[in-house]
Amino acid sequence: MNAPTLEYVELAPLITVFGAAVVGVLIEAFAPRRVRHPVQVGLALVALVAALVQIILLAGTELIGAVGAVAVDGPALFLQGTILVLAIISVGFFAERRLEGGGDAFAPAASTLPGSEDERVLVRQGALQTEVYPLALFAVGGMMLFPAANDLLMLFVALEVMSLPLYLLCGMARRRRLLSQEAALKYFLLGAFSSAIFLFGMAFVYGYAGTLRFGEISEALTANVGQDGILLTGVGLMAVGLLFKVGAVPFHSWTPDVYQGAPTPITGFMAACTKLAAFGAMIRLFYVAFGGLRTDWQPMLWAVAIATMLVGAVVALTQTDIKRMLAYSSIAHAGFVLTALVAADSSGTAAILFYLATYGIATLGAFAVVTLVRDAGGEATHLAKWAGLGKRSPVLAATFALFLLAFAGIPLTSGFVGKLSVFTAALDGGAAPLVIVGVIASAVAAFFYVRVIVLMFFSDPVPDGPSVAVPSLWTTVGITLGAAATLLLGIVPGPLLDLAQQASIFVR
Amino acid sequence: MTTLIALPALGAVLTALVPTGRGTLAKQVALGAALVTLIVGALISVHFLFDVDLGVEAETYEWIPEFGASWALDVNGISVALIALTVLATPIVALAMWREAEDEKRDPKAFFALLLAVEALTLTAFLSRDLLLFYIVFEAMLIPLYFMIGMYGGPQRRYAAVKFLLYNLVGGLLMLAAVIGLYVQSVDAGAASFFIPDLVALDIDAGAQRWLFLGFMIAFAIKAPLWPFHTWLPDAAAEATPSNAAFLSGVVDKVGTYGMIALVLPLFPDASREFAPAIVVLAVVSIVYGALLAIGQTDMKRLIGYTSISHFGFIVLGIFALTGEAAAGSTLYMVNHGLSTIALFVVVGFMISRRGSRQVGDYGGVQKPAPKLAGVFLFAGLSGLALPPLSTFLSEFLVISGTFLRYRPAAVVATVGIVLAALYILWLYQRTMTGPVRPAVEGMADLRTRETVVVAPLIALILLVGFFPKPLVDVIDDAVEPTLVEVDIDQPEPLAPVAEPVEEGTGR
Repeated sequence: MNAPTLEYVELAPLITVFGAAVVGVLIEAFAPRRVRHPVQVGLALVALVAALVQIILLAGTELIGAVGAVAVDGPALFLQGTILVLAIISVGFFAERRLEGGGDAFAPAASTLPGSEDERVLVRQGALQTEVYPLALFAVGGMMLFPAANDLLMLFVALEVMSLPLYLLCGMARRRRLLSQEAALKYFLLGAFSSAIFLFGMAFVYGYAGTLRFGEISEALTANVGQDGILLTGVGLMAVGLLFKVGAVPFHSWTPDVYQGAPTPITGFMAACTKLAAFGAMIRLFYVAFGGLRTDWQPMLWAVAIATMLVGAVVALTQTDIKRMLAYSSIAHAGFVLTALVAADSSGTAAILFYLATYGIATLGAFAVVTLVRDAGGEATHLAKWAGLGKRSPVLAATFALFLLAFAGIPLTSGFVGKLSVFTAALDGGAAPLVIVGVIASAVAAFFYVRVIVLMFFSDPVPDGPSVAVPSLWTTVGITLGAAATLLLGIVPGPLLDLAQQASIFVR
Repeated sequence: MTTLIALPALGAVLTALVPTGRGTLAKQVALGAALVTLIVGALISVHFLFDVDLGVEAETYEWIPEFGASWALDVNGISVALIALTVLATPIVALAMWREAEDEKRDPKAFFALLLAVEALTLTAFLSRDLLLFYIVFEAMLIPLYFMIGMYGGPQRRYAAVKFLLYNLVGGLLMLAAVIGLYVQSVDAGAASFFIPDLVALDIDAGAQRWLFLGFMIAFAIKAPLWPFHTWLPDAAAEATPSNAAFLSGVVDKVGTYGMIALVLPLFPDASREFAPAIVVLAVVSIVYGALLAIGQTDMKRLIGYTSISHFGFIVLGIFALTGEAAAGSTLYMVNHGLSTIALFVVVGFMISRRGSRQVGDYGGVQKPAPKLAGVFLFAGLSGLALPPLSTFLSEFLVISGTFLRYRPAAVVATVGIVLAALYILWLYQRTMTGPVRPAVEGMADLRTRETVVVAPLIALILLVGFFPKPLVDVIDDAVEPTLVEVDIDQPEPLAPVAEPVEEGTGR
């Protein structure tokens, strides 16, 4: 049996990130505790930047590598590049140590019992948790592989490589550890469940097409006649798995709990990057493999998109916790992206790519701001505590308001251009009712974003309200970059739109 | 023309950069920027009004080529009138606000920076020949206005600000759907573009036109505001500071009526013809309803807010009467209503700053201690009720006589509005200015120098436009003509040649 040939150059970004993750595990095992933190942070940053450079060098490549399992094309490279940029900023947020008096956002040892003597000893020693970095690198690798996977098996492997580290990361919060562990458990159980359903769906599709490759599945769709029941069952079950990952209704119930319980830097990272990866995988699967089946899956996605937009926007109205509110808002945003997915052509792809990039940037920035508003109990995530923030820290509150306005899709922010492009794609694809629902959902959503702005700027501060911690340089730079990009892409979106347009062709 | 927009925008940034605590400096910077803008705006107006060639030319630069959107600016007779109004009103409002901002014990810097930002956005709206650009500024100006209402003003200002924002946001989002719909029509026609002349040239089928018309029209009817979409205006007018209310209803809301005449009519001629009778009914209801409620008000600012609703009814009536005379009258009305409303709000603001109350019942006999103040108030009021030869008379006359040609009953009912206007204005004057001097009013200071400077140009212009409207009416006529040709409706035989009543009206 011959060993398969691999396209090492084209797959280099993936190899770099996974390689660094493995090295990170070795460091964890062998390096002395003192040096671990700087070494791990440095390694993660170097690996991510190196991978980003490789991606930029690969721009324009179109091939299917790794014996047909991995596609290297416009959408994959665009999403991988965006994920890397977001991950680089996220690693900076993970490494933030000025907020917890020398510690970071993670429990010194997540395996200790909350409130136990072991935990207290570790806290006293000022021990730092560094497993976060290799775990994050594995997750980033999985996220990069997910939208590039070009056969069903690779798709599943990527899904698991991406998800397993995230389950762990969610349970590592330094404060409110029980909530965090509950979130991790919930995410893991539901995630495992959806993975199983996804796998089950794959089996059906394989049974129908007799192949795992996307391109060959697409050919089988046109060649085979009959047996539609098997195929449609398979497509439906696979869709459940993917819709779970993007947090679409009715598979969204994990989102608010996990977003709230996870350490906030992780929430930001997960909210921004998982959506990119999962939507990337979804558009490839549905356009490349199941493109011939459009008329069959379109009605299903119509219903899901409508439900997602409405439930996300309406339920967000009732939230009193800022992280939960952002979680429901992310559900509504998944619905907006789905409207363009229904359009199912290259203009839809470009719109989705642009939307995901801008949404990711704003989300990362918004959650980073949440980490800075603190009181004695850690982050002050209850909305009532944010009252009057605009009077005490006008710059921070204005930045957060900018992110909220971008979520609401107000012009001169990137969110508006994103919304404009997805709605245009949807209307172009003949989905006028979806756009109407989208507009109504946007109006509802605007209400709760505005409510937070009112609270920050027009309410009087509560007496023992939270203060705004002074972060390290990296966090400041990260938030500033996010805000600048949000504003800039709202005024001059041309270059990124152009890039998304060029990157919207799938290799088949 | 870009200079005209850049100046206030730059002024806004400079004002915002003035260090906190240096309130007076911030105000001076803002006033300076507004005055420089006034000069440039005056040059542009002179170029068009008096046919003096000052080298003002239409400008078009590529902006988002992916959408076919451009930075396209041009001036016609309709917009030049409104641009002149805007550049003139801003320094007046800034000067009138000089003390008001400090009464709120807030840093006045933000108000002045936001005021200039709104000026820049409003000017862009009037100049834009690109629909996307228009939409963006139409929506974006809500945010600064929201903060201007919410941060400075009466005790219920938060409620008023949120109501203002949500009403306008809902309208704006409906318009977004229609903007995208129109854009998709241009994509289907083979040339994706947001350039308004391109869109006007499109041949849209009647069914689609109806929906698009409604999307635009609801947004503009909320902005303008037309009954039954008006309820935000009295709240905003009552709770905002008087100068801000003047700017809001005098200038910014004109974007709505401008949109009707400059966008809705040419873009959707068939639907405009079809819906015109319904809109005329709404306009007439607005006229009578606004006037009746104005009579019943005890709060002076609220009262003026309701008179504005009545006047906006006249403007909309003139636009949708679809006769050249009425449309020209409406455009002139926009300018005149701006002047007289600003004058009224500003004078009421002076009274409130002295007595600290906006209730009609708290005043009485003001003309004894402050005769000049009372005189100016009477003058502004008479202009509001369209007494010849003040500027408003001519426009009201043109609107009603133009409407009479097509919708005779509507014109007849609208004249009731004139009678009611006399009632509410004169009664207001009687209750506040005449009669025995109330103890609290005794010793009320008369107009100060700054206040005289604020009011003088308004009075001068009201008289000037009243006596010498020809240049303005001529350019407006030139601009209105093609709009109505686009609507392609038979013009009824005028009762008398259009030009004659204009000239005679001035002499009376």
